[in-house]
Amino acid sequence: MALQSLDIVRRSATTTPPPGVREAATGTVAKLIDTSKCIGCKACQVACMEWNDLRDDIGTNVGSYENPSDLTAQSWTLMRFAEYENPKGDLEWLIRKDGCMHCEDPGCLKACPSPGAIVQYSNGIVDFHEENCIGCGYCITACPFDIPRISKKDHKAYKCTLCSDRVAVGLEPACVKACPTGAIMFGTKEDMQQQAAERVEDLNSRGFDRAGLYDPAGVGGTHVMYVLHHADQPQLYSGLAVDPHISAAVGLWKGVAKPMALAGMALTALVGFFHYIRVGRNETTERDEAAAAQDQKLRQDGEQRQ
Amino acid sequence: MNDANRRDTLVRYTAGERTNHWIVAMTFVLAALSGLALFHPALFWLSNLFGGGPWTRILHPYLALVMLFAYLFLASTFWKDNRLQDRDWAWLRQIKDVVSNREDRLPEVGRYNAGQKLLFFTIVVCLIGLLLSGIVIWRAYFSIYIPVGLIRLGSVVHAVCAWLLVCAIIVHIYAAIWVKGSVHAMTRGTVTPGWAWKHHRGWFREMTHAANSRPRSD
Repeated sequence: MALQSLDIVRRSATTTPPPGVREAATGTVAKLIDTSKCIGCKACQVACMEWNDLRDDIGTNVGSYENPSDLTAQSWTLMRFAEYENPKGDLEWLIRKDGCMHCEDPGCLKACPSPGAIVQYSNGIVDFHEENCIGCGYCITACPFDIPRISKKDHKAYKCTLCSDRVAVGLEPACVKACPTGAIMFGTKEDMQQQAAERVEDLNSRGFDRAGLYDPAGVGGTHVMYVLHHADQPQLYSGLAVDPHISAAVGLWKGVAKPMALAGMALTALVGFFHYIRVGRNETTERDEAAAAQDQKLRQDGEQRQ
Repeated sequence: MNDANRRDTLVRYTAGERTNHWIVAMTFVLAALSGLALFHPALFWLSNLFGGGPWTRILHPYLALVMLFAYLFLASTFWKDNRLQDRDWAWLRQIKDVVSNREDRLPEVGRYNAGQKLLFFTIVVCLIGLLLSGIVIWRAYFSIYIPVGLIRLGSVVHAVCAWLLVCAIIVHIYAAIWVKGSVHAMTRGTVTPGWAWKHHRGWFREMTHAANSRPRSD
């Protein structure tokens, strides 16, 4: 929330650049989630609740380990459990910590109509400033990962902040701190890519020859990345997007359509104005009144003769 | 003014029709301004007219629904006078004469000319598009039941229809300013015989036909 210890590089519904003299010389940050090390303990969910003061409603068992059953305005991260039978006939329990991916090219920020309700910091974190949120839900429409949720209580959109408040003072996100297996790591994006490369090599040597890093290029890369045993099939992990990108419809709606539409409206009004001063008004004159009277008289005389 | 001296003797719009038109006009302006506030960042300041961003988001669909219902009445009143006929196409082919104020060269026009009829149906089509897409993107009530692909499409359809409608209404407002006497028709309800003879001769003859002639009702 509005932490000026982090520089803003992009701001929703703002057409001029934000202050940009200071640069993040050390690069951006990233969270690396290694699905191959995750044991599904949900300590990350609990840490997220604790740090962010969130207490979701107690839900119902929907026949899965997932609890709650979906992300909500009160649950910014969620372990998703998928049971996958691999071609060898073995069961694989694929567990993925779901939440905001902190896209380099965030669809939510592109779509947001309220100035400053969504920002991207120079360290890569995409953050919602709920005090500016108007509750329209355009961020949900544009998100390639179906992450933001509007609260029923205050009609504002919420999602993972990547603990921007902690990161701003040199701490790692709460989920990273709580993870007992080291499946969630945090550092510069470069370091996390390096770490992932080592993990992928290790997984390859253990028979997961399609293991890889999930850092999708369609959204310019993300600041939350996954190490996946099956990087060729991200959809196995409870429907992780195979090729996430800002949809063409959103690109049109929030891109070229905006200036074109305003120009079209202004042009229509201008054509009218110049028509008025060039061709001029269309007035009814005394001659028209006389012609009307004569027209009426002639017809009435004709009717009388019949 | 002494009624006997008034020359605007032909009733073009009754008090009910005028009221209906201006309810549509007012709610259109409010819906358009609140919609534009959410469409382009350069126009977000318009949300101040409605009490801020959240209020703009809350009010916009309700303002639009009032407009829609008011237009339903208006459309049912004027539907039969707006049916396109063969002579309308001839009128449209001579659009150069229309914009050059050379009305004497145009085919005879009934209660509405082809331009007015096209506007009428443009509004009908845009409002249907806005209603359907508006339901899809109304986050507070409906969006949670609708797949995201449809919401994305709905957002584009809503913007395109709204843009077309705003442009059409700009043309409508300009035409009313351009053709003198039109604003009087929609504020006072009446026109002079000369105005009707010049712009809507078919309607003029219908209105001044011996059997149809009637005194001012208000």
